[in-house]
Amino acid sequence: MAIIRKKGIFAGVKLPENKITEEEPVKRLPLPQKVIIPIQQNIGAPCQFIVKRGNEVKVGQKIAQSDKFVSAPIHSPVSGKVSKSTKLVNPATGALLDAITIDSDGQDQWVDLDSILKIEDIDSWEDALAEIDRIPPKKALEKIKEAGIVGLGGATFPTHVKLSPPPEKKIDTFILNGCECEPFITSDHRIMLEYGQHVLLGLQIIKKILNPSRLYVAIEDNKPDAIAHMNKLLEQMGLDEVDVVSLPSRYPMGAEKTLIKTILGRVVPMGGLPMDVGVVVNNVATSKAVAEAVLEGKPLIEKVVTVTGLFGEPQNLLARIGTPISALVSHCKLRERDQYHIILGGPMMGLPISDLQFPVNKGLNCVLIKEGYADDEQNCIKCARCIAACPMDLMPLKYPELVKNSAYSQCSEYYIANCIECGSCAFVCPAHIPIVGYIKTGKKKLAEK
Amino acid sequence: MDKNKIIISHSPYLWKGFSTAKIMYLVVLALLLPAAAGIYFFGLYALLIIIASVATCFLTELAIKKLRKKRFRNDGSAVITGLLLALIVPPRMPIWMVVVGAFFSIAVVKEAFGGLGHNIFNPAIGGRAFLAICFPTQITEWIEPTYFRLDAVTTATPLSPDFTYPGTQAELYRDLFFGNTGGSLGETSALLIILGGILLLALRLIDWRIPIFYIGTVALLSLLLGQQPLFQVLSGGLMIGAFFMATDYVTSPVTRNGKIIFAVGLGIITVLIRNFGALDEGVAFSILIMNAFTPLIDKYLKLKTLGLQKKKEAS
Repeated sequence: MAIIRKKGIFAGVKLPENKITEEEPVKRLPLPQKVIIPIQQNIGAPCQFIVKRGNEVKVGQKIAQSDKFVSAPIHSPVSGKVSKSTKLVNPATGALLDAITIDSDGQDQWVDLDSILKIEDIDSWEDALAEIDRIPPKKALEKIKEAGIVGLGGATFPTHVKLSPPPEKKIDTFILNGCECEPFITSDHRIMLEYGQHVLLGLQIIKKILNPSRLYVAIEDNKPDAIAHMNKLLEQMGLDEVDVVSLPSRYPMGAEKTLIKTILGRVVPMGGLPMDVGVVVNNVATSKAVAEAVLEGKPLIEKVVTVTGLFGEPQNLLARIGTPISALVSHCKLRERDQYHIILGGPMMGLPISDLQFPVNKGLNCVLIKEGYADDEQNCIKCARCIAACPMDLMPLKYPELVKNSAYSQCSEYYIANCIECGSCAFVCPAHIPIVGYIKTGKKKLAEK
Repeated sequence: MDKNKIIISHSPYLWKGFSTAKIMYLVVLALLLPAAAGIYFFGLYALLIIIASVATCFLTELAIKKLRKKRFRNDGSAVITGLLLALIVPPRMPIWMVVVGAFFSIAVVKEAFGGLGHNIFNPAIGGRAFLAICFPTQITEWIEPTYFRLDAVTTATPLSPDFTYPGTQAELYRDLFFGNTGGSLGETSALLIILGGILLLALRLIDWRIPIFYIGTVALLSLLLGQQPLFQVLSGGLMIGAFFMATDYVTSPVTRNGKIIFAVGLGIITVLIRNFGALDEGVAFSILIMNAFTPLIDKYLKLKTLGLQKKKEAS
């Protein structure tokens, strides 16, 4: 095991952690009466529905797909009947998304799964690992693709694409990302503690596909129990080639570029991908889904979601995809306030919604309800705290000024495209300027050009 | 859950809460140290100047915001300007002149440019420069420290060619360090200014590069010119300028390298004015000159973002 204590490898900020649900075991949310499935649940090409109103569906049945490579099919999370097609507002873009509603029959009838073994029934790690070794990498990739797995850390990039780097990109390092650097969120933390075997089996499958020479499990040092548990499991399973790395808790440690820089000292070129420096990074929840897909044949139909903030009983819930957020919120007993933010994701990078009927989707790892405050933007005093905080070494203070003046092309001179929208700048800004909002506007306007 | 209660706004939804007002009032706290020294050495009249200057700045800002129908924020910036101006005028400056200077600082140097964050020049120094133009005699009338006696004896400041010191060199440095010498109301006590500066540094309110490179440049150039570096550093307005005025966020560069260039420029101009200019002291004007260069420094010193490819500019 390696411990990296050195700070200052990237700037970033120290955040209040607020991990109030870190001790809460994952509980299964009762089956929803209906699910709402938006058509776009991944970065890349959107799917087309292949079921219509009135069709009967089973759990795990494919209901939407695309013939494009950069896409991931969607499966029914419940058994029942497609009852209507509807529209939802995409919180990331504000555009309308097609969606269908499936009424659950409460039977939870599954399609037949192409299962090799049940992870919970494994009694010999040697046998299970030998089983993984027998699966051809192509077949494993195909199963990952068919299971509709996308990056579950929130990026929702189709995993089979990430695991199929072009041949000229030699991958020498794979990093399993268990940093979970955003405040409040504990879903990955709980997954590492409660589904550690799944996560590490997934890691073995990914290793088989990518064949890297170095494997890391990256965890921030605010989760010593997860670090210890991962080390224990690796020992039990006899996986001594995997190195658990303990990292300082500093935001945004879990962002791919800062993580790679911290562990390997490599810098992903601007506009490039981790594979450009020989690295692939996947989230622990994604790895769990990979293990379930390849070994159990299970498509991605449920997610561990942290429901936290202003709740009487904040929890980590295993929820079916498509479950309306309202079901999670009422399950955890919301504490009423005058003004709320309802945030999908963490407090730093999450997206706001106003409609509690919005469903759990593949990228969702947290529902955070926080007390809201009114906007109170003041003049920039050029204190440069945003510059000191920016993990990408940008000059965030330039963007609000340029965007207000519609000087979008000048934003490019300040490398606006390299911004990862982590929110460190706005967090430290004494003038309370919503810098990330200006950056998002600037990027959007540049894309429209 | 009531829909009207839901707020949609951009991420992040966490804020450190270290606001502009908190920063400014912490600077005010640090400024109270040299202000206390000013009152100690120059008596209650110094306190009167401070009150007049702060009140004028505050009320001017309030009135202008009202006239322009903009929201007035008690962010502390006007208080800093008022305090700073009071600390850099002679200790027996007529009150009405101080009021004129304070009004000019806020109304012209700050608000006419758009208010906090938009001003090009440091408002307090702009106000002092205005006073120097309007009242050239009164702005150079120095007295010996009176403590709380009423009678005042005129004197020359240490940087003046007429300056003579009756004691030994050690006593001279002791007086310069503690502030027992002629000069502006709050500039004489290097000790309390440095303590205030340490407070600013400890609270991470200012970047160390500006005071260190500014003072360092003055010391080095003075040495090269065959002067006593320590005397040059402890005399005049250098200490208060380096810690409290050149470090003003709005009027100094935002990047670390920019701050170094800015500070070295300040040092060079200060030494040039002190040695070759018509004035005895050059801190205020050197800061005004470098303030004017700040936008240019910021324009040409862009940071290189992480992962920027070393690409030759083809076109």
